[in-house]
Amino acid sequence: MADSGVVETLLQRIEKADDGVDSLNVAASLGVDHQVIVGAVKSLQALGDIISADLRSSKHWELTVEGSEIAEQGSHEARVFSSIPLEGLAQSELMKLSFGKIGFSKAMSNKWIRVDKTQEGGPRIFRAVENIEDQVREKLLQVQKGNFSQLDEKEKNELKKRKLLSEVGSWKEKKFKPYNFEAMGVAPDCGHLHPLMKVRTQFRQIFLEMGFTEMPTNNFIESSFWNFDSLFQPQQHPARDQHDTFFLSDPALAHEFPQDYLERVKKVHSEGGFGSQGYKYDWKIEEAQKNILRTHTTAVSARMLYKLAQQKFTPVKYFSIDRVFRNETLDATHLAEFHQIEGVVADYGLTLGDLMGILHQFFTKLGITKLRFKPAYNPYTEPSMEVFSYHEGLKKWVEVGNSGVFRPEMLLPMGLPEDVSVIAWGLSLERPTMIKYGINNIRELVGHKVNLQMVYDGPICRLDS
Amino acid sequence: MPTVGIKRDLLFKALGRTYTDEEFDELCFEFGLELDEITSEKEIVSREQGDTKASDASDVILYKIDVPANRYDLLCLEGLVRGLQVFKNKLEAPRYRRISPVNGDPQKLIITKETAAVRPFAVAAVLRNITFTQERYDSFIELQEKLHQNICRKRSLVAIGTHDLDTISGPFTYTAKPPGDISFKPLNQTKEYTATELMSLYKTDSHLRHYLHIIEDKPVYPIIYDSNGIVLSMPPIINGDHSKITLQTKNVFIECTATDLTKAKIVLDMMVTMFSEYCSQPFTKEKLSGEFINRKVGINESTEKIAQLLTRMCLLSRATGVGDEIEVEIPPTRSDVIHACDIMEDAAIAYGFNNITRTTPRAYTVANQFPLNKLTELLRQDLAAAGFTEALNFALCSEEDIADKLGKKISETRAAHISNPKTAEFQVARTTLLPGLLKTIAANRKMPLPLKLFEVSDVVLKDETKDVGARNSRRFCAVYYNKSPGFEVIHGLLDRTMQLLEVKSARGEGYIVDSTFFPGRCAEIIVRGKTVGRLGVLHPDVINRFELTMPCSAMEIDIEPFL
Repeated sequence: MADSGVVETLLQRIEKADDGVDSLNVAASLGVDHQVIVGAVKSLQALGDIISADLRSSKHWELTVEGSEIAEQGSHEARVFSSIPLEGLAQSELMKLSFGKIGFSKAMSNKWIRVDKTQEGGPRIFRAVENIEDQVREKLLQVQKGNFSQLDEKEKNELKKRKLLSEVGSWKEKKFKPYNFEAMGVAPDCGHLHPLMKVRTQFRQIFLEMGFTEMPTNNFIESSFWNFDSLFQPQQHPARDQHDTFFLSDPALAHEFPQDYLERVKKVHSEGGFGSQGYKYDWKIEEAQKNILRTHTTAVSARMLYKLAQQKFTPVKYFSIDRVFRNETLDATHLAEFHQIEGVVADYGLTLGDLMGILHQFFTKLGITKLRFKPAYNPYTEPSMEVFSYHEGLKKWVEVGNSGVFRPEMLLPMGLPEDVSVIAWGLSLERPTMIKYGINNIRELVGHKVNLQMVYDGPICRLDS
Repeated sequence: MPTVGIKRDLLFKALGRTYTDEEFDELCFEFGLELDEITSEKEIVSREQGDTKASDASDVILYKIDVPANRYDLLCLEGLVRGLQVFKNKLEAPRYRRISPVNGDPQKLIITKETAAVRPFAVAAVLRNITFTQERYDSFIELQEKLHQNICRKRSLVAIGTHDLDTISGPFTYTAKPPGDISFKPLNQTKEYTATELMSLYKTDSHLRHYLHIIEDKPVYPIIYDSNGIVLSMPPIINGDHSKITLQTKNVFIECTATDLTKAKIVLDMMVTMFSEYCSQPFTKEKLSGEFINRKVGINESTEKIAQLLTRMCLLSRATGVGDEIEVEIPPTRSDVIHACDIMEDAAIAYGFNNITRTTPRAYTVANQFPLNKLTELLRQDLAAAGFTEALNFALCSEEDIADKLGKKISETRAAHISNPKTAEFQVARTTLLPGLLKTIAANRKMPLPLKLFEVSDVVLKDETKDVGARNSRRFCAVYYNKSPGFEVIHGLLDRTMQLLEVKSARGEGYIVDSTFFPGRCAEIIVRGKTVGRLGVLHPDVINRFELTMPCSAMEIDIEPFL
């Protein structure tokens, strides 16, 4: 509660005045701080409909350096006037004075002086009137005394324009409470993209920068034929086991296959051909028909390469980033579904050196430049190479992807020309994302148990920094 | 990828030198192996069963080495050492020969037609004059086990039986009989059992019970007898006790029974080549050109150098002198070599992948985005800008999630069903994105309200017009969860989405929200005369079933019509 004495005095003053009082004036006359009066007004307002108050902003004016000089010595035009004797003054002489140039034009427009250009020795200036009244000086003197209200707005603006007056906010006399720069600002209202999807966007960008075309991978359900058989993965391979792959009960079987191609696939598995001994077993269409949730996006690559083989061959670069499924035991780093990143290049005469070269370019874009390759085994690539990069933090080589050259037993039955090689590589999207965002448990990243706070707080994704 | 555990000191002794862990790791890497873990039996026991049990275990250092799934010849100490020694040029690639026994004819295994009904193939071999030590014996047993778990597909394709030849006499008979007619004393048991009794005895055996299903429901069981009627084994379950091998065994009879003859031969080859210098299979010889290898790998080596490289990989090779022709001998241990490209890979490994010059494919190609993904990417950005946060849920879920919890019958959905889910979380592919978003809210109830979430992703629907009988459908779903239902917020998001997709609010060519069929609080979204989705306030029962306590409004549309 404000000082009751001040409140009372304020009420008495308001009662006496017909059109209200100015809080600044009251403060000045009572000799108290203005904030004390503001406090008194606020507490009166809090009591109800006792007083009415409106907010006024008051402006304060002061003279500029030039303004002060004029207040002291007179305006430039007045000084020009008084410098001119009755017999006149040569214009060239006048211009030598410090105030001459400005004062001359102003005095001319006031019609205080005149120029006679017919005189010998150049133009000469004469007084045009007997006396002058230096209003500019008068006004400035008023301002200097603090009587701003004597001048109307137009006059003040005129003087301001002449840079003789400047407006001063009342901040100069105020004290401000300093901001707490240690505290956080107010969080903006915003939506957020999921970190894994942010990383996906970056990988898409990298492939597009490298001239790779995106494959249509929007088919989670795939036949065993395209997922395994077309890739020369034998029908007894462990990956085709119930323990590793999700099979479908409805729709259980796929129906349409390109019949000629299917026969060639059957032959290369069971009898060999295309320079291969084959796996020598009884290949069954029933196994190939079984629908599954695709275990890799390479099933789509197989469909795309088959399609490519049906037309006149031109080199292609393909990529995809999409979900794949494994009937695996779940733990902190494994889920039953994850995103596979895949790149494929098909051209005449590609070498193992080309595969390593393109992997080097790809990983350089991820900020990984130290790569080395380890021989590995994969049923549908030969040679197969695991890609390792040196992890500066862990001080060791870590696996970052898998790669290889597709086997002739996969490509030739499709009908691709014999001298065309297809190189490919793959990696998971989740692993680089977990490393990038420092997430240890994959369930906090993918699925409904996601930690939304982590999503809210996630930084932008730049893979190369 | 199979892992083999090998005692470090034995390995170094066999390799003729010691390595630091780093050096050995490097050697493995170059050869295509991975030194997965350095441990000891004590450490393993203590990790699995606690410290007290571990006090008696050996603390000899074990190397756990990951071996590629197609290299059955590296699954034991003997094969691994041989491979590495040849690779390091310290040993010549071995050649395997068959020898006849000093006196008498080769052993015979007679296969009767009854086996066709259960396990039609069998192959056998004899290892003569072998000297076992405890280590060699352990490695012999270990190799059998590794083969059983990998190429033999847990004994379903191939089962291996090994016997002390001096306790039995040939010829041997592989036949099949009804279980009640089979009776013998099985390995490590003290009395005879019938086959029927054995099957119930092993029901509780932690190791053997996994193999029972292979023959359990067959009318006859496979069985191998010697000429005196002694049971050698009842594959793929158990051997007889009579013929078991010991450290003193000198001559080993190995039989492999199978449902796949090719695999049976591979397995038998592995067993004999790993443990003997006296058994053989004929060599296969292949010819290929040095140019082929240079061209595929991207190197430029002489024919002689390439032959040397291949020889280092146990593929004994020589330049024939006819052009750049190379003749390569494929030993029986290398069943993985079925095409010239397999030989090419070995040349590349011997050359060293990391010594190959890295080049850039020259093909000029123009990149294209998949239009549906392009639309998805653009839309997601602006949905986040509209204040909604992106969620990412599983494509698989339980039947309950897409049916009961949403107040629907599973038969009304067009869901694709999984036949072998390990848990209820993977019964079906989702047909709507809504349950995932509601579960995301339920798992994040501690977060400040309102929760505004969206997801743009695929659901799966049965579709008979597709070759696999199903197709994906790209959906956009959003939910608003707060103290009040906030229908206007979701409606506003729909308006914004339509603005982004350049569809005006109007009948005919535009979009409308039509509650004709769903009076009250749920409406269809109709774009250019076609229903693309729905929006509304969720039924309180649905909210409860997803363990939520506050009202929630939602929308879900198919975005493919906007392509």
